[in-house]
Amino acid sequence: MKKRKLKQIIGFSLLRISVSIAIFALFSILYFIVVRGAGVINLEFFTSMPREGMTEGGILPAILGTFYLAIGAILFALPLSVFAAIYLSEYARQGRLIRVIRLGVNNLAGVPSVVFGLFGLAVFVKFFGFGVSIISGALTLGILILPTIIRASEEALLAVPRSFREASLALGATKWQTIRRAVLPSATPGILTGAILGVGRAAGETAPILFTAATFFITRLPSSIFDEVQALPYHIYALMTEGTHPDLQVPIAYGTALILISLVLLINLVAITIRYRIRKEKRW
Amino acid sequence: MVKRDKVVTKNLNLWFGDNHVLKDVDIGIEENKVTAVIGPSGCGKSTFLRCLNRMNDLIDTTRITGKVLFDGEDVYNNRMDVVDLRRRVGMVFQKPNPFPKSVFENVAYGLRIQGIRYGIHEKVEKALRSAVLWDEVKNRLNISALSLSGGQQQRLCIARALACEPEVILMDEPCSALDPTATAKIEELLFTLKERYTICIVTHNMQQAARVSDYAAFLLLGELVEFNDTNKIFTNPKDKRTEDYITGRFG
Amino acid sequence: MTKEIFIKRFFLFFALLSIFFLAGIVFVLFKEGISLFTRVNIIDFLFGKSWYPTHTPAEFGILPLILGSLLVTAGALVVAVPLGIGSAIYVSEIAKPGIRDVIKPLLEILAGVPSVVYGFFGMVIFAPFIQNLFNLPTGLTAFTASVILGIMALPTIASIAEDAISSVPVSFKEASLSLGATKWETIVRVIVPSAMSGISTAIILGMGRAIGETMTVLMVAGGSAIIPHTFFQPVRAMTATIAAEMGETVVGSMHYQSLFAIAIVLFMLTLTFNIIADFISQKFKKKMTGGL
Ligand SMILES: Nc1ncnc2c1ncn2[C@@H]1O[C@H](COP(=O)(O)OP(=O)(O)OP(=O)(O)O)[C@@H](O)[C@H]1O
Ligand SMILES: [Mg+2]
Repeated sequence: MKKRKLKQIIGFSLLRISVSIAIFALFSILYFIVVRGAGVINLEFFTSMPREGMTEGGILPAILGTFYLAIGAILFALPLSVFAAIYLSEYARQGRLIRVIRLGVNNLAGVPSVVFGLFGLAVFVKFFGFGVSIISGALTLGILILPTIIRASEEALLAVPRSFREASLALGATKWQTIRRAVLPSATPGILTGAILGVGRAAGETAPILFTAATFFITRLPSSIFDEVQALPYHIYALMTEGTHPDLQVPIAYGTALILISLVLLINLVAITIRYRIRKEKRW
Repeated sequence: MVKRDKVVTKNLNLWFGDNHVLKDVDIGIEENKVTAVIGPSGCGKSTFLRCLNRMNDLIDTTRITGKVLFDGEDVYNNRMDVVDLRRRVGMVFQKPNPFPKSVFENVAYGLRIQGIRYGIHEKVEKALRSAVLWDEVKNRLNISALSLSGGQQQRLCIARALACEPEVILMDEPCSALDPTATAKIEELLFTLKERYTICIVTHNMQQAARVSDYAAFLLLGELVEFNDTNKIFTNPKDKRTEDYITGRFG
Repeated sequence: MTKEIFIKRFFLFFALLSIFFLAGIVFVLFKEGISLFTRVNIIDFLFGKSWYPTHTPAEFGILPLILGSLLVTAGALVVAVPLGIGSAIYVSEIAKPGIRDVIKPLLEILAGVPSVVYGFFGMVIFAPFIQNLFNLPTGLTAFTASVILGIMALPTIASIAEDAISSVPVSFKEASLSLGATKWETIVRVIVPSAMSGISTAIILGMGRAIGETMTVLMVAGGSAIIPHTFFQPVRAMTATIAAEMGETVVGSMHYQSLFAIAIVLFMLTLTFNIIADFISQKFKKKMTGGL
């Protein structure tokens, strides 16, 4: 008996260590970026253009660029995803078709992000002739986040109790009336959560915009969706790998990383909070 | 006065996949009467009820043969408009299932989907009065339906069904989630409702069936064992199995 | 009635878009990459040991890149699998509700950290640390990338494994405990085996995430396109090669084509992982519901 107890103690300790390593990793990343990035950040960092070949100045264009790309991506992806999710949860019957669609969604989710970049390059940049631009990047990111939002929306729709649908149909509502009036209103918070997570994902991705939207250095802010942009994630990468003054660029990279990570975490936090609320309040 | 059957089933058979759930059910549900369906759990009572307004269509594996005649018209006929059928046949479910909307919007739901714009207020009030809920909610029509008590919620669901002015009301164990007081209220309600509506109610509670119904049908493993005046079923059942069931000698 | 059918078709169209995009990706990769094989033998491409796309004559052997990807992925799994599964078990079986409510969001945050931030952290903090620790000429090695990548894949694995573990019926657990097993024995003998297919799915998807990850390996793995001999040398993965070189290529050149050809290989690999994972979880679903 003692030996078995001992085994349990050792086993539990190993599990605790696993979690502790994960949490430690998270906090060390946050720690270094916050401590070293905070010193660089001031109002000017947010509001001014980069100067002196990226060794001075702010990162306004990168902030704006990331904003444009993420918003563009969600504007494209959200309607498509919600429509697809409505089909999957409300119309599809078990069978081969739905198996194939699911397989498609799952596999699209597993495609490496750099491959999306190649797709965007060949299709949007070259074939449609949009060039390296906000629109090319946003569409590429939009396709990338499609599966995330489809899944979240589908989950939100499936969480709406069957009894709502039955009550509505039994009152003589058509299927579409039932979806619009009895199902969608209850699923909206969940769909929103998915959309917010999608924005966070799009804002943090680098590889898909490498050849479709991002540029290291621009001297003026983009004025149309066909202009190329700077973006926070790409900016970090570029500061670390291009340019000639690493000593001056690394601090700016820290500041950029701090802003990017705060942005993404804030977005995630909002989504997690909404989801937590939904689960807790589950009023039905 | 001639008896008139509002809903008639003929040789009604239903399968869920390979599971033969209803077997040759022949029944006539008389107008302005309460017909109770009783039987042990899993015998197909709910399934039978859901055949009458084609709610079983929602289950992919359903297969049906035979006829369900509503005012003489086969509801499984291709020309039948399911949506219209369901408007004419109201349904109240086992567990109260109000929408997460206000009390008012719950009752108005059926009217709104029919595109009715005028007189909604009057109709909602009328339905709530018919369901004997008006006095309890008249001052708070805008609160969420989910904040009502279970019994109130169930009467709200009845009001919601009544607002559509159905001809038949199907009730699937409407009191099983309620306490005795709330149950008594709903039973009382049935007496007034049957003046205007034809009611078919599934219940597990023998006393309730005896109290509220004019006719009773006993289902066993998907077969209609006996169908007769409630009085006769409870005092003088013809079939041994019915007797065993209503006297509680049944598993 | 026809209106309802129209609405249904409308939604079906959007549901099919994912497949359409997936097919589009395959089509584009092949269209842009396939002509490479009119001039380079496929065997030479896959098993050639030198990658000199810009030399004259150019050489397009991607074996070092494939091995680089596999080495880094294997290393990442060594880190992520035990830690991820351990965290999943901890969260679902041991942690008190209060602690669980803190740890689960933290793991979600770990999953939400952008990969470029991992890459950046790896470059400025972790690589120098490894370099000093092992006294290496450079800290940018397969080992460094593996650890960072492992931390990235950890929350993916933990979250899927946790779903699998928490869906093990309570009755299994109670049966084992009532027979006098300790909690640990119950975990090892009942819970983990019952959740095994979900855990395998988690591992395979984590693997897919690691092999497809770009920015981290691009920034941290060092980038030498030579066949690796130890963990402590710089390597170059397939994803990193595409990301680093696409910017310098001329559209339509052999170099351009060869990068799309690498993407074909990469795509096939991740597709295989995903289909296997899908297959396992599908089977798992049948097993769990089939008995009812
Ligand atoms: N959605 C469904 N899919 C497949 N089989 C079903 C479905 N619903 C019910 N059944 C089966 O049909 C049979 C009859 O079920 P039904 O719900 O009609 O019984 P019931 O008499 O209403 O029971 P209870 O008194 O417990 O409500 C059962 O064997 C049940 O397993
Ligand atoms: Mg029932």
